[in-house]
Amino acid sequence: MKAKSRNYYLIPYILWIALFVITPILLVVYYSFFNIEGEFTFENYQKFFTPVYLKMTFSSFWYAFLITFFTFIIAYPTAYLLTKTKHKQLWLLLIIVPSWINLLLKAYAFIGIFGTYGAANNFLEVMGVGGKQILFTDFSFVFVSVYIFLPFMILPIFNALDKLNPSLVDAAKDLGASGWTTFKRVTFPLTLDGVKAGCQIVFIPALSLFMLTRLIAGNRVITLGTAIEQHFLVTQDWGMGATIAVFLIIAMVIIMLITGKRKGGVM
Amino acid sequence: MTKFKLSSLYLIAVFIILYAPIFYLIFYSFNSGGDMYNFEGFTLEWYTEIFQDTRLLIIVLNTVVVALLSAAISTILGVAGALAIYYARRRQTKNALLSLNNVLIVSPDVIIGASFLIFFTMIGIKLGFISVLLAHIAFSVPIVVLMVLPKLEEMSTSMIYAALDLGASRFDVLTKVILPYITPGIFAGFFMALTYSLDDFAVTFFVTGNGFSTLSVEIYSLARQGVSLSINALSALLFLFTMLLVIGYYFITKKANKPNGMGVRQ
Amino acid sequence: MKQLVRALIIVFVVSFGLLYIVNRLNTAQGYTGDNTLTVYNWGDYIDMDILDQFEEETGIKVIYETFDSNEAMLTKIQQGGTSYDIAVPSEYAIEKMEEEDLLLPIDHVKIPNLQYIDSRFLDLSFDENNKYSIPYFWGTVGILYNPDEVGDISFSEWDDLWDPSLKNDILLVDGAREVIGFSLNSMNYSLNETNKARLVEAKEKLDLLTPNIKAIVGDEIRLLMQNEEAAVAVLWSGIAQDAIWENDKLEYVVPEQGSNLWFDNMVIPKTSKNPEAAHQFINFMLDPEIAAQNADYVGYSTPNREALKHLDEETVNDERFYPDEETTDNLEVYENLGKRMLAFYNDLFLEFKMHRK
Repeated sequence: MKAKSRNYYLIPYILWIALFVITPILLVVYYSFFNIEGEFTFENYQKFFTPVYLKMTFSSFWYAFLITFFTFIIAYPTAYLLTKTKHKQLWLLLIIVPSWINLLLKAYAFIGIFGTYGAANNFLEVMGVGGKQILFTDFSFVFVSVYIFLPFMILPIFNALDKLNPSLVDAAKDLGASGWTTFKRVTFPLTLDGVKAGCQIVFIPALSLFMLTRLIAGNRVITLGTAIEQHFLVTQDWGMGATIAVFLIIAMVIIMLITGKRKGGVM
Repeated sequence: MTKFKLSSLYLIAVFIILYAPIFYLIFYSFNSGGDMYNFEGFTLEWYTEIFQDTRLLIIVLNTVVVALLSAAISTILGVAGALAIYYARRRQTKNALLSLNNVLIVSPDVIIGASFLIFFTMIGIKLGFISVLLAHIAFSVPIVVLMVLPKLEEMSTSMIYAALDLGASRFDVLTKVILPYITPGIFAGFFMALTYSLDDFAVTFFVTGNGFSTLSVEIYSLARQGVSLSINALSALLFLFTMLLVIGYYFITKKANKPNGMGVRQ
Repeated sequence: MKQLVRALIIVFVVSFGLLYIVNRLNTAQGYTGDNTLTVYNWGDYIDMDILDQFEEETGIKVIYETFDSNEAMLTKIQQGGTSYDIAVPSEYAIEKMEEEDLLLPIDHVKIPNLQYIDSRFLDLSFDENNKYSIPYFWGTVGILYNPDEVGDISFSEWDDLWDPSLKNDILLVDGAREVIGFSLNSMNYSLNETNKARLVEAKEKLDLLTPNIKAIVGDEIRLLMQNEEAAVAVLWSGIAQDAIWENDKLEYVVPEQGSNLWFDNMVIPKTSKNPEAAHQFINFMLDPEIAAQNADYVGYSTPNREALKHLDEETVNDERFYPDEETTDNLEVYENLGKRMLAFYNDLFLEFKMHRK
């Protein structure tokens, strides 16, 4: 259905896939069959199905879902409003710029802001709510994660909205559709591809977050990423770390298949 | 007009939150107290410190070079990749390619880093600038693909056919029809790749060597003793510099392409 | 299209311009010459002025790289790719490196300054006769607390941590051996316990501590403590010293039941291309005045007896950070328990972290 003739673009891309995707996958799968003493075994896979790791998998998915959900809730209106501004491309760039400052530094800043004597608590005091423990809670973890992923979600949605043909919206309005109906029936479905891309870019890495689980959540949130990091860098049990990675990759493929099934566009 | 006000308020709130930690960092870069929590007095000590540190300067430049080059090269590769997926005829091929594409996004950095390290030492690439650059290109490609692909998918095929019918060559179709259409996606991909590169610590840590270092590796290894405020000062300067660059770039391109903003040319 | 090409050209021109500048800077700094020494150390774990002095005195150019955990450093050295001449691992990592044959033996003849090292830090179990390693810094694991916030708890025993009045007040350092270790110590078991039943017992005791734990964190524990974010923390003496310098309210104590005594030592990895310079460097670092200068900057306890004379008395007489022999005899050094056992410790620790109150 698309332009015929050979697909030359495949050549550099396949090369990249072969070198930097297939090779690591093979290495990861290979390592997952060795235990900590370097013997061939399936015990890593058995271990993955123990309550500890299953619980961890569940909580990773739950937090990744929360993070994606809130990122989307905040990102969509932002992207929408950005397309209405005068210098929209400039504002968009200014959304991205904060993510160029080192993550660890920003995490330290958040530790300061959310701390017992930090700005957030001062604000709560002034509002009359009184001091609260913010740091090392689920709230702070999700908040900072959303903060970090926000630009990644805004960008594809912005691009989808920006390309939206305004005449379609106008047509809907002319036909008497209310603002909300127009949005629900016209705008949103037409930006679904952007939304999907955004959700993938946020959900998938959110499954394997690690740094923030320690810095902001004080290890009260344990994700698969935390466990992998520990197996690679502390226990040096590369086998178990690789096994968790295998499951992450499988999970990713499943997510891709689910979100990819329906051809984007009109619902 | 209340609606307008409400929406501006929303945007202002989003921007305030996005920039709050950065202004926090910058504020404390003037702190004579030495940490990021108790402001004792104003000083420029940290700024003078970074200007005397050649090693830090080299690291900053390395970081910028790696980010720019890897973002540019991975953008080229990523656009090719997106086109390849777009042109793939069979649904299964498409899905398979997309899944492979996303493997690096889902894999935790530690694993990517460790497997790249094994891979590079296996094929004998000297650890340092080249290995870091290759690694950054490698993990930035998928994000570019994900940024460009939706743009391609929404492009109507009739445009391509029309161009072909009018006698345009495949190359012309690419440069005159497709690329202009997906330009916003390409820029988005480039900036995301830049972000990935600047933020990355774990992968770089594993594949670097022979004295080559980037800013994030340096900052992470400083964590044991608490990050010095000179790093804050450095970030503040880099931040200001980027701001000027971004705003400057925007208005220059704006002037050059009168009616349309950056990227939106049809 | 034109816009894309232009952007691309700008990026490439700028990059290569910067690359050229970096090259010029590197050459000007002498990093490209032959007589170089690559040092692999923890971040901010040396007074950089000392490197300048070393370069001036010997004409050897130092390339300085940093790591943030023993295991990450091990992986890098195992894989090769960079010829590190000096590394500074902790004691259990040294044992591992010896086992895996990653180290060059150190020629003591070339290190006359070894005579200044206090004999109680030499010839320890992890490296007999200091065949492969020379002490750099040492310290303990203990409790840092804010006396204003904890009532009359003195933390002379580990069990004080379980006091119900400390609800949500304790920070722990993110290390399996440290955390399970103090639980073992609190029951008068060894830090190097390998009896699985006892380890599980220690973990179950830790589960009871969860209501008191505010967070399990890394090096940022120092900032959190000096900022009075929590009242109590279990951590390494070096971090405690730094926190006390910043906030003199804080107190550090090593409970009497025993604790961990740790060392970071200098070693020469097998990959070294310039072992001659590596020996010179080790000897230089052991010079009493240099060692004192370094200890003054880093804040950890130096094993150098002569260096103590150059440090101010208040520091040296501080029993908390320079405990006497009687105290250190009561402390245990980590042994390499083998990968299996370490994995068991880590699994228990992971389960403990996932235990919600």
